[in-house]
Amino acid sequence: MSHEAGTATTAAEPAPAAEPLPHGLGASLPHADARAKTEGTFPYAADLWAEGLLWAAVLRSPHAHARIVSIDTTHAREMPGVRAVITHEDVPGTPRHGRGTPDRPVFASEAVRHHGEPIAAVAADHPDTARMAAAAVIVEYEVLDPVTDPEQAFEAEPLHPDGNLIRHIPLRHGDPDSAGEVVVEGLYRIGRQDPAPIGAEAGLAVPRPDGGVELYLASTDPHADRNTAAACYGLSPDRVKIVVTGVPGATADREDQGFQLPLGLLALKTGCPVKLTATREESFLGHAHRHPTLLRYRHHADADGKLVKVEAQILLDAGAYADTSSDALAAAVSFACGPYVVPNAFIEGWAVRTNNPPSGHVRGEGALQVCAAYEAQMDKLAKKLGLDPAELRLRNVLATGDVLPIGQTVTCPAPVAELLQAVRDHPLPALPKDTPEEEWLLPGGPEGAGEPGAVRRGVGYGLGMVHMLGAEGADEVSTATVKVHDGIATVLCAAVETGQGFTTLARQIVQETLGIEEVHVAPVDTDQPSAGAGCRGRHTWVSGGAVERAAKMVRTQLLQPLAHKFGMSTELLQITDGKITSYDGVLSTTVMEAMEGKELWATAQCRPHPTEPLDAAGQGDAFVGLAFCAIRAVVDVDVELGSVRVVELAVAQDVGQVLNPAQLAARIEAGVTQGVGIALTENLRTPRGLVRHPDLTGYALPTALDAPDIRIVRLVEERDVVAPFGAKSVSAVPVVTAPAAIASAVRAATGRPVNRLPIRPQAAVIPDR
Amino acid sequence: MGQREGAAGLTTHAPQAAQAVTLPTTLDEAVAALTAMPAAVPVAGGTDLMAAVNSGQLRPAALVGLGRISEIRGWQYQDGHALLGAGLTHARMGRPDFAALIPALAAAARAAGPPHIRNAGTLGGNIATAAPTGDALPVLAALEATLIIAGPGGARREIPVSHLLAGVEMLGGGELIGYVRVPLLHAPQVFLKATGRTGPGRAVASVAVVLDPARRGVRCAVGAIAPMPLRPLEAEEWVAQLIDWDNDRALVPEALHAFGEYVAAACIPDPAPEPDGSVTPLPPAVLHLRRTVAALARRALGRALS
Repeated sequence: MSHEAGTATTAAEPAPAAEPLPHGLGASLPHADARAKTEGTFPYAADLWAEGLLWAAVLRSPHAHARIVSIDTTHAREMPGVRAVITHEDVPGTPRHGRGTPDRPVFASEAVRHHGEPIAAVAADHPDTARMAAAAVIVEYEVLDPVTDPEQAFEAEPLHPDGNLIRHIPLRHGDPDSAGEVVVEGLYRIGRQDPAPIGAEAGLAVPRPDGGVELYLASTDPHADRNTAAACYGLSPDRVKIVVTGVPGATADREDQGFQLPLGLLALKTGCPVKLTATREESFLGHAHRHPTLLRYRHHADADGKLVKVEAQILLDAGAYADTSSDALAAAVSFACGPYVVPNAFIEGWAVRTNNPPSGHVRGEGALQVCAAYEAQMDKLAKKLGLDPAELRLRNVLATGDVLPIGQTVTCPAPVAELLQAVRDHPLPALPKDTPEEEWLLPGGPEGAGEPGAVRRGVGYGLGMVHMLGAEGADEVSTATVKVHDGIATVLCAAVETGQGFTTLARQIVQETLGIEEVHVAPVDTDQPSAGAGCRGRHTWVSGGAVERAAKMVRTQLLQPLAHKFGMSTELLQITDGKITSYDGVLSTTVMEAMEGKELWATAQCRPHPTEPLDAAGQGDAFVGLAFCAIRAVVDVDVELGSVRVVELAVAQDVGQVLNPAQLAARIEAGVTQGVGIALTENLRTPRGLVRHPDLTGYALPTALDAPDIRIVRLVEERDVVAPFGAKSVSAVPVVTAPAAIASAVRAATGRPVNRLPIRPQAAVIPDR
Repeated sequence: MGQREGAAGLTTHAPQAAQAVTLPTTLDEAVAALTAMPAAVPVAGGTDLMAAVNSGQLRPAALVGLGRISEIRGWQYQDGHALLGAGLTHARMGRPDFAALIPALAAAARAAGPPHIRNAGTLGGNIATAAPTGDALPVLAALEATLIIAGPGGARREIPVSHLLAGVEMLGGGELIGYVRVPLLHAPQVFLKATGRTGPGRAVASVAVVLDPARRGVRCAVGAIAPMPLRPLEAEEWVAQLIDWDNDRALVPEALHAFGEYVAAACIPDPAPEPDGSVTPLPPAVLHLRRTVAALARRALGRALS
């Protein structure tokens, strides 16, 4: 996956004890697919093949905004080798789809609202033929002026029958007339980050004899995608099956339904298997990006630096379609003040429609944008008060029992002060003064133009928070089945392994509960019950919880006869290393013996406690759980060229409970590195709504040289009592926090305001030096 | 890539792609193959060409692979010049023995991308692609390199590299870049490049500075900011006469600073005043680019003279 590049790291926790086979919770079990993925033998969606398959291509809009006058597919249909050409007229079922709100046409019919919107699809016997045929579809456009500035969306003509305002949250909390002695203001802009999964979208659709269709996709939410597909095809959901293939990277809703849906339509129409592998350009055009955001802030504090009031306006550019913008806005508004105690908060948030490429779920959505802004405000406040930035933050940090601006009381562990102190007190990285100058890694890289005399070092802080699981009343249920037979356990759960390590965790849970070493996790398809989307840390929580419950039920089935025989309750029996022993040592047998050739099955569900939507004043108990992170960034800035190198990021994180130390460290490194990307280089440029340079040369992801030393200096293990195992999800919050910390450090190095992400070189130079 | 046997294997996936792959072993055989098949495309490292093929922008009817032509994969000496084979890879040019000969070209080659690109991409390919961001190009411009073009019937002609980059002279049918003729100056040379990230990236701006003590000259070229490298000739002449060529060549910081500003202003001039005398200021991004060029030129000259 795009941001999973390994980096030099020193994990704080000691290496696992030198056991030959790590097992159970708390051990660093290696990833089951690691070897195959490293050796290149792991099958991804793009590697699939079926006898007699056809190749699909999608015709996409070259304009950001246009009215479609006519679509003529005659030439395309007549090309030799072309088997089907489909447009909006060929959608038998629901013509609209969309993850959050179904406002997006499967194929554009009257208007195109963003660059890359699908208009037609072709199936042909060769990928080149399919592409040429797609290009031969004649579409007559009446090109319209695109609305690309979200501030203009309010006044502009409606771009969509649903209007341009997707959601507005006017959060009011506390006394509007309150005021502080010190006031700081700022205007901040966050760019458009693309999740840029390292494997582009690909899929295979195979028609079924019963008139249904099977879709082989790298979906991260197979049941939702199945339901959308079935509705689009006019079929009942049981006749559409999604089989999840290897997922080549997912830090977002990685799949673009704009290609999934045509794939099945073409297979149904031609009666042949149909395959599509997106080019990198199509991938950039198709899937959702992080919301570009404009933020205006005013912080009030008293003379001691205690926050009195925060006023903010947050404008999310949702792009042409709503997608999950409503959720992103809820997170942005709810966390607009960050993990600080703010008695009075007045936050206006809007998500608006433009003709830019659609934005959607990318991990830490909403929370990342506001984190960059509120931490910039904290830096400004510290400067104005003459306080150390870490000290100012410490005077305001949130703790368990404090109230968020949405009125929800923080009931989970919130060790924010401890996290901040941990990163602040960690020794700073040494200057490379003892090594020869030519070996220094300066901003600009090993063959760059860096000059030691122009380099300034800066230290900055970021404190971030995210919510876990869906918010505002989303039903976050997951179902899992555990089967034990012949000393081998099998887990059936539709939680997709996206690289986050769920299959490893499921193996560990079963090992821990049943004492069985050999645990297999079955491949995922939609014949299994739903486990929901793989995002916001939900699989560690709900799917992990469901696996644990199912395993415990199997355990009871296994131990019940024994307990009955010896006249004791199952709680008094213990399973360790495949042996069953009683508390008094009277009974000792092995799991294998107890099984007696039986096959044990159990299915269980995990459903966290319910949440409620934010009300008209942005108040409500909207979140199940929260996770926190503190990062101290150390950067070197060439203040003449404005080039920035992140030297070190010291991370302290609130993790609840460590279930797999190696995997956890990898997730934090990956998250932090994605944060480095949006802080410094990642911005998909869309002048006049047209995506520029949709390739990995133009869109600069962090390389191994850009990834800093990542020091995990503290993992605070305070169990979250409502979460299974007490564990919190770990991937999103470092992504959210790292950009703010890096910007803070660049501010410290240069004295410049740094109010835009990614940080442009001209914002990091000291002029007239 | 290119000369991979597998290029012909493309046919299973793309029937319109290369049906014929020729792998000549001499320059003249390559020229003959290209003359015989005018639709054929020559390919050396393929780092640019194959990207175009993979994205569907190019479907060559035939390929002439240049990877087996050993005569263009090394270099030789010729009356005070080095005759560099067009098939020299960036990885080869980046090695210390080459760096001792032409330090700026070696530095550019080392900066030209990640290792797998440097292992494949060639000097000739960098010139033929003529991308504005080609890292070797400002160095060749500063060195006033010439190209030896091989043509049909064993013909050889020599053109300045700048003529090809500017389109003053073009490659004719069947012609190939055979060699690059570069003077051996036996003096410090510097290539500096500003990019957007710490890892390998395309140049935002690059500067090559070479000293020519025999002619008491400084030559400078700025890459990546225009379609071809720019030469600030007046700045070169001005700074050359400040240098004490016979003793310590170092210049005072003010002179280096002025050189940087001179180069930057020559390459990114202020807009001409309007008829009413008002001047539209340059946009901030362009001003930053100018500042970057100035810093690179100042640093490059400072290092060359130190």
